[in-house]
Amino acid sequence: MNAETITAAGELLIGVLVLTGASLSALGAFGLVRLPDVYLRSHAATKSATLGVLLVLAGAFLYFWLYLEHASAKLILGIVFVFMTAPVAGHLNGRAAHRTGVSLWEKSVRDDLKQTVKPGREGMNGPQGESSGD
Amino acid sequence: MQGLLTASLVVLSLAILGCMYRLLKGPSMADRIVSLDTIGIILLSMIAVFSMLFKTTAYLDIILVIGVITFIGTAALARFIERGDVIERGDHNGGR
Repeated sequence: MNAETITAAGELLIGVLVLTGASLSALGAFGLVRLPDVYLRSHAATKSATLGVLLVLAGAFLYFWLYLEHASAKLILGIVFVFMTAPVAGHLNGRAAHRTGVSLWEKSVRDDLKQTVKPGREGMNGPQGESSGD
Repeated sequence: MQGLLTASLVVLSLAILGCMYRLLKGPSMADRIVSLDTIGIILLSMIAVFSMLFKTTAYLDIILVIGVITFIGTAALARFIERGDVIERGDHNGGR
């Protein structure tokens, strides 16, 4: 087993990793097209597209590290940043959708926040009163 | 490996096409924000694949910048549709 075989196997492994990440992103986009509700769409897009981009960036990091001798701290920083901020963005978006009164799918079973959160614009500190009047 | 990376680019382009459909069609504003966020994230991974194809490390800054701009844009748009403004002036809101 010479070095060329190991190099080819490593390249194949990185290619499969990147292709898996791309397929997960495409799966998220497919859910974004097909699912019936903004919350379900946000579920599909946020989770699987995030995992897909993490796999692609991990493959890129391995490629630059093993073959171009360049351990990139920027890619590590990008991985950590996407991993931290994508769920936060999904949560912010879902909360904004629920507070502006986007209706759920008609086959949804229950809405736990229907009693506590009134639709319409209100401030972030609702229970303390004095929501930001505009 | 070149073939696998090219196939990944094709798959990612199809994903962006699906997001564009939701961006143009989406019934509510939150749908459009979700699809814009997803387009930004997929664009980031496309740039990673391009930098592997071209064997250069010059594009790695763009990955960070697109990640930051996507998050800030999503947060600002969600805040805008929730409250009606992005930056609060803080006149009589208790200094928030």
